[in-house]
Amino acid sequence: MSERLNVLKTYKLYVGGKFPRSESGRVYEVTDAKGKWLANAPLSSRKDARDAVVAARKAFGGWSGATAYNRGQILYRVAEMLEGRREQYVAEVAGAEGLSKSKAAAQVDAAIDRWVWYAGWTDKIAQVVGGGNPVAGPFFNLSSPEPTGVVAVLAPQESSFLGLVSVLAPVIATGNTAVVIASEKSPLPALSLGEVLATSDLPGGVVNVLSGRTAEIATPLAAHQDVNAIDLAGADEALAKELEIAAADNLKRVLRPQAVDNADWSAAPGTDRMTAFLETKTVWHPTGALGASGSSY
Amino acid sequence: METQTPAFEYAPAPESRAVVDIAPSYGLFIDGEFTEAADGKVFKTVSPSTEEVLSEVAEAGEADVDRAVKAARKAFETWSALPGAERAKYLFRIARIIQERSRELAVLETLDNGKPIRETRDADLPLVAAHFFYYAGWADKLDHAGYGANPRPLGVAGQVIPWNFPLLMLAWKIAPALATGNTVVLKPAETTPLSALFFADICRQAGLPRGVVNIVTGDGRAGAALIAHPDVNKVAFTGSTAVGKEIARTVAGTRKKLTLELGGKGANIVFDDAPIDQAVEGIVSGIFFNQGQVCCAGSRLLVQESIHDELLDSLKRRLATLRLGDPLDKNTDIGAINSAEQLARITALADQGEAEGAERWSPACELPSSGYWFAPTLFTNVTQAHTVARDEIFGPVLSVLTFRTPDEAVAKANNTPYGLSAGIWTEKGSRILAVANKLRAGVIWSNTFNKFDPTSPFGGYKESGFGREGGRHGLEAYLDV
Repeated sequence: MSERLNVLKTYKLYVGGKFPRSESGRVYEVTDAKGKWLANAPLSSRKDARDAVVAARKAFGGWSGATAYNRGQILYRVAEMLEGRREQYVAEVAGAEGLSKSKAAAQVDAAIDRWVWYAGWTDKIAQVVGGGNPVAGPFFNLSSPEPTGVVAVLAPQESSFLGLVSVLAPVIATGNTAVVIASEKSPLPALSLGEVLATSDLPGGVVNVLSGRTAEIATPLAAHQDVNAIDLAGADEALAKELEIAAADNLKRVLRPQAVDNADWSAAPGTDRMTAFLETKTVWHPTGALGASGSSY
Repeated sequence: METQTPAFEYAPAPESRAVVDIAPSYGLFIDGEFTEAADGKVFKTVSPSTEEVLSEVAEAGEADVDRAVKAARKAFETWSALPGAERAKYLFRIARIIQERSRELAVLETLDNGKPIRETRDADLPLVAAHFFYYAGWADKLDHAGYGANPRPLGVAGQVIPWNFPLLMLAWKIAPALATGNTVVLKPAETTPLSALFFADICRQAGLPRGVVNIVTGDGRAGAALIAHPDVNKVAFTGSTAVGKEIARTVAGTRKKLTLELGGKGANIVFDDAPIDQAVEGIVSGIFFNQGQVCCAGSRLLVQESIHDELLDSLKRRLATLRLGDPLDKNTDIGAINSAEQLARITALADQGEAEGAERWSPACELPSSGYWFAPTLFTNVTQAHTVARDEIFGPVLSVLTFRTPDEAVAKANNTPYGLSAGIWTEKGSRILAVANKLRAGVIWSNTFNKFDPTSPFGGYKESGFGREGGRHGLEAYLDV
């Protein structure tokens, strides 16, 4: 009796809530750690990058305007969906990173838990980093964080899933929208994440996932006038410098790559990855005087 | 014809210059001492209201910048190791000495910058002292600032500041840097170096250890050398967007932490239910404060169409009462433009506004015969495509546009690469909140304008730069977080 031939998946990009192939029609071969063929991933072009920015900009108003409570529920929903497909991700991460099943499972579990962690942050970050200021004068003034806009995210190259989640979740938790470039060598877990995001009530365009050559896609994103910020986690030193120079053109917010010896994605993240893409808005208003009667107590 | 001359003329009320003793020449302040530039170069600083040469100041070159950075690096070891409570006391001392010498500093600033004494005395100097007081109190409380336990300073901060608020910008930069344990090399603007050099003397009086604060005077080349210096850990810049972009390129690929406070084209939005008289005062302070040489100036007035004529009549009436002239006169509202170069830039942009078809208006206004002056100017019939509605003019020039609905007001207000400030005038609280929520700007004043306070974060969205100065947020720029 012949063994059943399994059904392979055609991996596609995730842009604007849809799953297009690359506009370029190109693919590249993705192999596992031992060089065995896994799939042909889309090799995204500059045009794909521009389309993704358009989708992310279109989604920004709705996502940043959603209540923090709503965003939190959707992020938690992502964790729920991931939990249900845990085995698939364990297999994909094991293949992508050459990890044993148990080590890959630990990565996936940590990534799911990270979504949960950030889900809880959506309605708390404003209280932690904003607040009223004790102005020396008759004014009421309040500082609140706001998302900066469209963030281009170069996902870490080595940690195909936990690393990806660690840089993506904080960006959208705070109300930004994202264009993510998956790990060049190991893009499959990221492309599969698009399928989960699409079924997690996340509005289309909030997260857009591209695969291909990081440098090729990142260059137009760093120079794009409608991108507000860029996370260089997945760039090496030379590329980071080049992208940072391009980013200066419209004064993008830049999060530089961590030092290599510091890239432990299982460590507790802190709030830095959220605050990096937040603006602080301070609103002033005069306070009235209710007459000169002295103490009101 | 009825004239709009005020009922009572004002007698001259000049502030005395005798409280300031300006030396004929100043050196660079490096490692606690005034020294000449290595190559002996100097430049002159003039009073913009009279073109009188006030003093000669050393012009720092690369070698001088290097010496200043070395001094700051050496001082960093001990300064950063001091208990926060001790650093706090130095900053409190500085704050107190600024208060004691505030009349002297106000006169000095007015002489060197050209802004009215009314502003240096009532706005600049009180805020300068307040910033040192505010950050003094943080020095021993950094564990509680929200950046984790025991947050670390960065090292040597290279700071480049503009000429519009010379001493205030110094305070915004130096106070948080020292409170967090960094040492600084500060380059004041070429046209306004004096108050920073007087600040060096305040450091001496306060007994601040040598090398903690270094002042290198000079032009853009000195600033560029400072920013590019490999041993500078933190770069802070306030100035034009073009220079800010250049700086961002310079520090690319380095580990230097960068904050930028850049230009603006603030929208001041007046709705039809706004209290007109108060709005007019807010519009005036929004664009004519400091001769409009303010990055957060409300230089684009957006008026709801139904009250356009009424508001413009009131505004013109009010502008006719502004007093332009001797900045040392306590009754002066509008002082001199900071430099001949800046005057030329304002003149060119205003002329372009006229050439593009906007309607130009200024009150009857006699300009002094010497010095750099520009009459308060309004442009009406302005569209969003006009240069005067798009480019930062950095002078007393207001562009007036109209809108019909709140949505249109927001769309027009946000239609700029800048995002520093905005104003909203309406009696309706819910409208203030709704509009403030939609504006892409770092500081929003509702029913007020151009208010500053050390406890309140200040800084821009988009091409107005990144990072915040003031408040708890201002500490982040100087901490390794």
